[in-house]
This record gives sequence, C-alpha cells and structure tokens, in this order.
Amino acid sequence: MDGIHDMGGMHGFGKVEPEPNEPVFHAPWEGRTLALNRAMGYTGIWTIDQTRYGIEKLPPDVYLTSSYYRKWEIRLENLIVELGLAGADEIKAGHALRPGKPLKRKLTAADVPNTLSRGSFSRPAKSPARFKAGDRVRTKNIHPQTHTRLPRYAREKVGVVEAIRGCHVFPDTAALGKGDDPQWLYTVLFDGRELWGETSDPSLKVSIEAFEPYLEPA
Amino acid sequence: MAQDHDQHHDDHHEHGSELSEMQLRVRALETVLAEKGYIDPAALDVIIEAYETKVGPHNGARVVAKAWSDPAFRRALLEDGSKAVASLGLMNRVGDHLIAVENTPKLHNMIVCTLCSCYPWEVLGLPPVWYKSAPYRSRAVNDPRGVLADFGVTLPAGTDIRVWDSTAETRFIVLPMRPAGTEGWSEEKLASLVTRDCMIGTGLPKSAKEV
Repeated sequence: MDGIHDMGGMHGFGKVEPEPNEPVFHAPWEGRTLALNRAMGYTGIWTIDQTRYGIEKLPPDVYLTSSYYRKWEIRLENLIVELGLAGADEIKAGHALRPGKPLKRKLTAADVPNTLSRGSFSRPAKSPARFKAGDRVRTKNIHPQTHTRLPRYAREKVGVVEAIRGCHVFPDTAALGKGDDPQWLYTVLFDGRELWGETSDPSLKVSIEAFEPYLEPA
Repeated sequence: MAQDHDQHHDDHHEHGSELSEMQLRVRALETVLAEKGYIDPAALDVIIEAYETKVGPHNGARVVAKAWSDPAFRRALLEDGSKAVASLGLMNRVGDHLIAVENTPKLHNMIVCTLCSCYPWEVLGLPPVWYKSAPYRSRAVNDPRGVLADFGVTLPAGTDIRVWDSTAETRFIVLPMRPAGTEGWSEEKLASLVTRDCMIGTGLPKSAKEV
C-alpha cells in the first residue's frame, strides 16, 4: 500500500539524531511489548508480513506520532481482535472473559534460546529464475492497496540484477494470510540519477531486494 | 523532526501520561493473552533478558575482528554470511540470509530499511531508535552523505557510496576497513575498535589511538 511507512526519499523529516549510550529499551513496557509480539508470533497464528502490514495500516497520524513500540502494541491489539483471539472487551477489561482458542504451540522459557534467530524464508522454486546477474530490468509501476515490498521510489526504474538471493516467501501474498507463494528474489542495483534525477549525487548507487513479480526485462 | 526520537523524549519528560498509560495497557494485554493460554509470562522474561544482555553488537564486532585477522574467514563471510557467522559459535543458531558487504577505499556501504525496521538482530541486537526513525529512513537512500554528516562522518574524496535497502528477508552487515596501525593486534583488541554504527555504515571503526 502507498502508505506513510514507505519513506524512502521523502523530504522534511529533519536530521538524524543518534542518542549516545542508548538503552536497549527506554521503558520496561517496551521490552514487554517486544516479547509479547515474539511469543504470539511463535504460536504460528500470523506471518511476519502480516505483522508488517498491521503497522502499515495504522492511520498516518498515529504512525507518525507514536513511538516504535507503541506502534507494535497497537498493532498487536488490532491483530488479536481481527483474528478473533480475544475481544476488544477483554483487552479493555484486562482479563479473559471467554476461553482461548487452541493454537499450534506455545513458547516456553526453555524454548526461547532456540527462537532468537530467524527462520529461513527460502522455499523450493516452482520454475527457474527468469533473470540472471547482469540483466537489465525495469521495476513495475504497481500500486497495490495491500502489502508490498517494492518501495515507491524504486517503481518504474531501470536497474541491473546484481545477485540472485534464492526463492523466498512472497510478502505480498503472505501478508494476506494466503500462503507462501514462493518467488525468486534478486538484489537490483540502481544508479542514483535513475532514482533521483540529474541533481543526484553522481557517486550514489542504491539497491533493493526485489521479488521477481516486481520486475520485467528492460 | 525526529518523530520516534521525540516521542521517546516525551516519554521521559511527561512521565505520568504515556508511560503509565502504556505500562497499564501492555500489562492488561499480557494478562488477557496469558489467561487465554496463548503465552507464558516466564518466556517473556527470558526474551527480554536475552535482548538486554546476550544479543548485541558485540557479536557483530567479533565477526568483523575475525574477518580482519583471518583472510579465509573473510572470504567465507563475504561468500555466505550466515554460514560463516554460524561457524564462530557465538549464538545458538544463525538465521538464513545474512549478507556481509565490504567497504574498500573506493566504496562505502550503508544499510537501511526504508519500509520498516529490518536489521540484522542476531549480529547487531535490536536497532537503535534513529535507525527506525523517519529522518534516517527517508534520507539514507537519497542523501546518504548528508546522513553521514549528521553522524560527524565525512568520507574521503573519491569514495563512492552504496546504500542497501533491506526490502526482503535478506539482512546486511557492513564489513568496515581495518584501521591503520593495528598490525599484530589480537582479535579481542581489534573487536574493541568495531562500533555498531560502523557495521551499519553510518560510522567508521575507532582508530588505533582511541583504544
């Protein structure tokens, strides 16, 4: 979706402000929120792309004025209600008013060390890769209302395939809970001037990780 | 206006309002999910402890120091980041799709996620607030030298810049250049030069004189 989250190339947000000696969490609830998200993700009830889409669907004013973990907390509440795992009335009450649904699995303290690393998003390919390293490609001019990982600034641009990264879960499909729909993934490299015009830094190159459905031969 | 950043400052300044509101809200949600039988609060404690104490840029620093000291490991790292990092045994398991990108005198690499906050958690820990902020995500792809200036970094003339937008499940770590004057240093001493920011590409390693 063409949402506020798609920030590459936007103007007006000001300087980057690094925080010296930044703590891992700025308040205990931030850590709790991260851990709740991880523990619920472990149950297998949603994909990582569904959670990203959940953040993107927040109203733009909420997105821009909420801290990172506040967005995570709102997203978590929304997903839980959307999927019928708990009611808004229960969240408001702060207690379960009805029994839970059976879920595939539950994260225990003993399992945590084995869940800290990411799983694999590689999937067997249904067909050979359409492009190879060195191929010139043009990104498509797409504007789906739902989740996509093709940023606006890199649509309808000509670049070069730098590497094939394997066949991966396709976020645009997985975000809708419609399965893995595996697609080939490429690193596609663009010249700064192709993206930003003649005033671009001439020594700049930018790459995106592009799924095959985003690309056509150029 | 660094929105995420300002928000955190608000948290501190107005400690009453949002902070306590969020604490109560998260506590309520956790209680519901635990009573429903979906989560075990003891597991949450272990997750938080791991991110506060075990997972962090010290792991990435070990990887970089090893690559600086061991040419075979450097080659293996650039060939297959996940496999090479797993061979160091720093963590239980390394996720797939970790890619190391190497700085040279002619090329400086920088990592961003313009769409959300994708970041190589296993080797760098959780991302800092600025990495997830609108200023960084908006400007890294079209004004990376301006971003570097915000960090007080100026690249030597003649250095090209390459920005990697993490738009899929591939994750990137920058392999910075080994600082001069560190010949014969142990891996441990070399690791003390490796900052988090130099593995994102918004900084350079410390110089030999700084440690």
